[in-house]
Amino acid sequence: MVGIKAFLVIFGLLTAFAYMTLIERRLLARIQIRQGPNRVGPDGLLQPLADAIKSIFKEDLVVSRADKVVFVLAPMISVTFAVLTFGLIPFGPKDAFFGYDPWVINLDVGLLYVFAVSEIAIYGIFLAGWASNSKYSLLGSLRSSASLISYELALGISLLAPVLLVGSLNLREIVEWQHQNGWLILYMLPAFAIFLLTSMAEAARTPFDLPEAEQELVGGYNTEYSSIKWALFQMAEYIHLITAAALIPTIFLGGWRMPGFMEQIPLIGGLFALPYLWMFIKIALFLFFFIWVRGTLFRLRYDQLMVFSWGRLFPLALAWFLLAALVVAFKWPMAVLGWLSLLSLLVFSAYVILTAQPRPRGLPRMGAGD
Amino acid sequence: MSIAALAQSMGITLKALFSKPVTIPYPDAPVPLKPRFHGRHVLTRHPNGLEKCIGCSLCAAACPAYAIYVEAAENDPHNPVSAGERYAKVYEINMLRCIFCGLCEEACPTGAVVMGYDFEMADYRYSDFVYGKEDMLVEVEGTKPQRREAAYTGKPVKKGYRVPYVRPELEGVKPPDSK
Repeated sequence: MVGIKAFLVIFGLLTAFAYMTLIERRLLARIQIRQGPNRVGPDGLLQPLADAIKSIFKEDLVVSRADKVVFVLAPMISVTFAVLTFGLIPFGPKDAFFGYDPWVINLDVGLLYVFAVSEIAIYGIFLAGWASNSKYSLLGSLRSSASLISYELALGISLLAPVLLVGSLNLREIVEWQHQNGWLILYMLPAFAIFLLTSMAEAARTPFDLPEAEQELVGGYNTEYSSIKWALFQMAEYIHLITAAALIPTIFLGGWRMPGFMEQIPLIGGLFALPYLWMFIKIALFLFFFIWVRGTLFRLRYDQLMVFSWGRLFPLALAWFLLAALVVAFKWPMAVLGWLSLLSLLVFSAYVILTAQPRPRGLPRMGAGD
Repeated sequence: MSIAALAQSMGITLKALFSKPVTIPYPDAPVPLKPRFHGRHVLTRHPNGLEKCIGCSLCAAACPAYAIYVEAAENDPHNPVSAGERYAKVYEINMLRCIFCGLCEEACPTGAVVMGYDFEMADYRYSDFVYGKEDMLVEVEGTKPQRREAAYTGKPVKKGYRVPYVRPELEGVKPPDSK
């Protein structure tokens, strides 16, 4: 049974990765007022297949005097450990999978496991840069591991507050807790924001996609990689992203549950209570958000990246964790956290509104038709 | 970069996401051309069927890229090819050298060589880019590769572009309408 579930998860994940690339290219194209890939198959639907065939049959170069074993192993490490985390995501309650438990494995230290294992992907990146026998790759991999580790720190601490409040590392227990007490995002808005940003950085996603660095370096850690090995790195990156998009709703947005007020509506509450559907909707929403951000923002500079992580996110995460710890330690009501969360939202919106610059008038606008 | 500017830019991209793409699906949909577009040369004829070209080589002299080669021959008085004393026995334009400037068109005293509307002229061999009279006289429809493909498949020449009206110099040329 575990084997079948593992197969389904891996199969579904690989399909999701393939079509994520297509959807991303289409959406980015639409943001740039283009059409995007639409030549292969009906409306471009076979494009991922064509990409896969192309990347398999491209010339596979191995740099001379590269450490061949590590060079070949590095992308495999990256992708393997990216895939390993996804089985931990709860897609439904105990009997959601035709009466069976939808979880591949149920770990009490689930959250810990997810972050421990997904971090090994950085190891793959670093090994790739080291084994390439190229200065570009080595520097690129050093840079990406440094940035990924910086963000990992803020990510871990931002998660401590919800874990403290729930009192469990088990992902399903976190979801069940949210069903009884309301979604964690209500109590943990700053932690949610930090977790969203840092998990984007974790997945090496725009605007934190410095490991890629196509424009300013020749490509960072993957400079010397070609064909399917390069594609494996891309795959690891996207699988990371999908895992992040699944983890965020699991931890902060009630997992497989529909919003509480909708459960009260008699017809809808019964009809659309499918756990898979709601999990899918939430994952899709976050993936759309990631694509949207990628279509909007440009890459941060390295020093900006470091200052943002160590100087902004890390202290904020620490402060919020201390607050949550105070609330838990002195057994204050949880509503305190809710009010603080709301207050942070108000301060943030006030900051956005007060610092908003009016669009300069009279200047020519660039865009289509000019 | 302030957070407010960030939110504004996110709004701009979201608006762009729901706007219509400006892409022209070129090989599928007809491309509109301007009437004075400089495409592949056309050798025109008089209304009575005689060729306008009298083999004077002025186009070859005017050509800045030396792409035109003309070899003239005397007309047979009983069965003339052109309206003048002589006609072009060989008229060749090397389309790889041609820069489509239209100076040949301006130099021509009889208005024989005119720039037409064909532009899909990609081909495989160098020798296929030397266009002879048979490739450029007015009756010829479509580009050389298209005609070769049409002859091979037995289907009519396909046309992928659209011209609102044809310039009067291009006598006898029908406007290449969309398919």
